Amino acid sequence: MRLGRWLADHWVLGAGLVVLAYLLLPVAVVAGLSVNRASSRLSYDFHEFTLDWWAHPCGSPGMCAAVVRSVQIGFLSTLVATVLGTLMAFGLTRHRFAGRGATSILVFLPMATPEVVMGSSLLALFGAARVPLGFATIVIAHVMFCVSFVVVTVRARLAGLDPQLLEAAADLYAGPWQAFRRVTLPLALPGIVAAALLAFSLSFDDFIVTNFNAGTTTTFPMYVWGAAQRGIPPQVNVIGTAMFLIALLLVALTMLRPRRARF
Amino acid sequence: MPYLLILPAGLWLIVFFVVPAVQLFATSLYDPSGSLATGYAMTGDLGNYPRALGDYWPQLLRSLGYAAVATLACLALGFPLAYAIALKAGRWRNMLLVAVIAPFFTSFLIRTLAWKTILSDTGVLVGLLRHAHLLGADGRLLATPFAVVAGLTYNFLPFMVLPLYASLERFDRRLLEAAGDLYAGPVAGFRRVTLPLAAPGIVAGTLLTFIPAAGDYVNAQLLGTPRTAMIGNVIDSAFLVRLDYPSAAALSFVLMFAILVLTVGYLRRVGAGALDAVS
Repeated sequence: MRLGRWLADHWVLGAGLVVLAYLLLPVAVVAGLSVNRASSRLSYDFHEFTLDWWAHPCGSPGMCAAVVRSVQIGFLSTLVATVLGTLMAFGLTRHRFAGRGATSILVFLPMATPEVVMGSSLLALFGAARVPLGFATIVIAHVMFCVSFVVVTVRARLAGLDPQLLEAAADLYAGPWQAFRRVTLPLALPGIVAAALLAFSLSFDDFIVTNFNAGTTTTFPMYVWGAAQRGIPPQVNVIGTAMFLIALLLVALTMLRPRRARF
Repeated sequence: MPYLLILPAGLWLIVFFVVPAVQLFATSLYDPSGSLATGYAMTGDLGNYPRALGDYWPQLLRSLGYAAVATLACLALGFPLAYAIALKAGRWRNMLLVAVIAPFFTSFLIRTLAWKTILSDTGVLVGLLRHAHLLGADGRLLATPFAVVAGLTYNFLPFMVLPLYASLERFDRRLLEAAGDLYAGPVAGFRRVTLPLAAPGIVAGTLLTFIPAAGDYVNAQLLGTPRTAMIGNVIDSAFLVRLDYPSAAALSFVLMFAILVLTVGYLRRVGAGALDAVS
């Protein structure tokens, strides 16, 4: 009887954990393959434990250059998209103006458009304008699809802020600029940081839009795609596992950071 | 003042999203007998549309079908997970949320390739299924429609879980107790209380899953065969391999239009108010 009651209370949790395991299974496979020496180049059986790939991650020709390029593109796109998106989020939250609804739709549309359509239409534009494809066109494309996610993320944070805090700041003789710098900005910062992290991960991981607008420039996902046709070098799994661990570390750091009052 | 704030991002979106879309539409009306080298003549020819549809309607229908099945699978898998995190996880809640988002950081191409390993003919899973006679002696998982739909389901599951979680998180469990006091059984309680309150999350989640899944071609390419090709595969190769811009552009617009019609129809059915949760 007790067992039945316990099961009735906890089966959802059990089902949820099974689904979570399904989400994490490929990551475990990638981590496993990163310390595995397969018996031949085209087989992915678990054969022999090795740390060679972790010791020499750049042993696969061209891969590290592609990773560095993806990081550069990611940083640049994140910087531009975060600045543009944050400004727009402030504009949409704090002000009522003609065209506000149209602007919201303009922000929403890129998120509701399949990547293959966005990528191909940019290619059609660059082709018609005879813009040479490469590093710059990739950054332009990444900023375009990241900016909407930044706006939505920062806007959600700003919408949750108590407007009375600004009135309180004014009561304490803070001018508008001081109130912004000492009250609004610190409170909005977690949202801005989250948006930047999201933008970086979207940019670093993007394949479809990039593939249309890269020309001969190779980013890390494009390198993986090309390598997949001839057998993936094991070092690719090292990068995948390392990205996962870095993300976990970042999250752990933000969660453990001591909170202090910032007024 | 507000215009100064929204102008930079607004201009960026207009120049690099709206203008390209217009350019793409113009491209879909070009004379198909031109080429990239010789240039295309703008003839306003609508013939690219019936031509593209006549050639590729199986891939289009397959894309919408695969995406619909994957979306339903994501809902079936994502609901228990989101419910468990929002209402049952207690102090483990943040950790479980991180676990949902963390796989995002291992590039989605690498994770899809990992599925190729998991589903491979010599893999453990196929061996087990064959042993249990759930799969014939030469039955396979890789290179089947199942593999493609499973890959889509896997890749877009977090897009379902996060909005579901967001709407369930605010859910007051005492409402279910109240339903119980009013003699509602667990099924009636779920159907009449939980489900309506989760509706915004379900609507947002199904759209965020269905739209990218319908346009995806990575899963079909890595886990399927030419017989499981989706419309994205066709558009990709028309643009980048066959260099047939006019019909590729027409196909892109057909895909957008199909998605738009389905989305509007869906929202009218469930009520557009449910979408407020997303924006």
